[in-house]
Amino acid sequence: MQAVNIRIIQIVLLVVLLGGWQLGVTSGAIDRFFFPAPYDIVKQVIAWVSDTGFYKHVGITLSETVLGYIIGTGLGVGAGVWLGLSPFVARVLDPFIKAVNAIPRVVLAPIFVLWLGLGLWSKVALAVTLVFFVTFFNAMQGVREVNPVVLSNTRILGARRSDLLRHVYFPAAATWILSSLRTSVGFAVVGAIIGEYLGASAGLGYLIARSEGNFDAVGVFAGIIILAVFVLIIDLILDFAEKRLITWRPNAGEERPA
Amino acid sequence: MSSPVRKLEAVTELKPKPMVAIDDVTMAFGSFVAVQNVNLKVGDGEFLSIVGPTGCGKSTILNAIAGLLKPAEGKVSIDGIAVQGVQNNIGYLFQQDALLPWKTAFQNVELGLMFRGVPEEERRAKVFAWLEKVGLKGFGDRFPHQLSGGQRKRVQMAQALITGPKVILMDEPFSALDIHTRHLMQNELLRLWQEDRRAVVMITHDLEEAIALGDRVVVLAAGPKSRVIESFPVDLERPRNVAEIKLDPKFMTLYRDIWASLRGEVEKSYASR
Repeated sequence: MQAVNIRIIQIVLLVVLLGGWQLGVTSGAIDRFFFPAPYDIVKQVIAWVSDTGFYKHVGITLSETVLGYIIGTGLGVGAGVWLGLSPFVARVLDPFIKAVNAIPRVVLAPIFVLWLGLGLWSKVALAVTLVFFVTFFNAMQGVREVNPVVLSNTRILGARRSDLLRHVYFPAAATWILSSLRTSVGFAVVGAIIGEYLGASAGLGYLIARSEGNFDAVGVFAGIIILAVFVLIIDLILDFAEKRLITWRPNAGEERPA
Repeated sequence: MSSPVRKLEAVTELKPKPMVAIDDVTMAFGSFVAVQNVNLKVGDGEFLSIVGPTGCGKSTILNAIAGLLKPAEGKVSIDGIAVQGVQNNIGYLFQQDALLPWKTAFQNVELGLMFRGVPEEERRAKVFAWLEKVGLKGFGDRFPHQLSGGQRKRVQMAQALITGPKVILMDEPFSALDIHTRHLMQNELLRLWQEDRRAVVMITHDLEEAIALGDRVVVLAAGPKSRVIESFPVDLERPRNVAEIKLDPKFMTLYRDIWASLRGEVEKSYASR
């Protein structure tokens, strides 16, 4: 009963909010140049979604996100496991890693455009720099926090270094990486969008930038809504993936007493 | 007990060729000396229990045998070969959970054979046999978190024993279990061990467990600079039932004697805190 009530209140709240906004615009109390009517925004969204050319933009943003995520995670895991296993190298590189991580990634976008051009790869590079550090720190943490008893046991059972990597270190790091999946995919999206926004010829970020260039607030708002839906869908897919991938982790209430 | 039992007399310290030999071993961490000048011999097929107050460095002795720690002085050898680096011909039963949480019971038991390059067919058959042996038939697909504490211990036993180690090391293996589960597991362990007797070194602070399971009980002094103070042969008949043997008058005499020796050390270890 409570769940239904909450749902009703949420819908009422949404209707009041959007209705008020719409009313404000039609009565002239809100300047439609800055805050276009929700109705116009919805019309724009529908117009885009029903246009096949629009999916080219979605596809490009999606491929930038996915490529950025995969490359960033791969590099992050490799570097994280390596530095996690060699404390000496980690100590040597520590100040450099901190310095690079301190750079606001957005300022790198112009450099990537300079190096890689206006196409796909400059956006992927930006996404990679964002994703890399999340996975890197998580993988390093995962490797460092492997239970020493488990490690000793596996070595006694006859594991060589490569076996330890495969059966102990990578799975340990993987659990941390999966737990940061949401954050890092979020960063990949941000990287792709910002890259597009700052200079591109296609993609959702480009759509927003183009609308802004035309002083088309309707387009900007419609772009934002589409982006939100885009991220929500990715989130749903991740939810599903997470449940499938970590089968060995106890769900709440499933843990058994000794 | 229809299984073939290698009949062995309780092995004494004078047995000519020991399976594990600890010669004058000193374990130290920086300037802290945990154990000093320890001499121990464990015969093939002998079950040695080591008791001592908490914090006397018992575990460091096991880790020296396993090759996980290097003695500051002295030398350890298994079957006449000096221990250097982590040993693969031993089975180690840890006090804590040592199973890989991301592998099922089957995959965990399989590890030792897999690392040795045993072909998959043979591996499968052996793992299933061992899971059945430890009473976990049908539990192969469970992850450690889906098993109870006792079941996890059983998996660990199968994992440690499947490779047929020359020496079995146990570090307070059952101390985390409740008393009934503990008795069950101790009997289970004795049953498995009796089927195929190996040298065992078990560390415990539970004197009852030490006597009930062991062929010999060694008492360590309070740490630091712990050493062996006395060694008691346990002449109780096998097979034993751990829960019932405690009523045996011989058990009680032994308990009294060993406790007389151990009590002073326990008191010392508390006094120095």
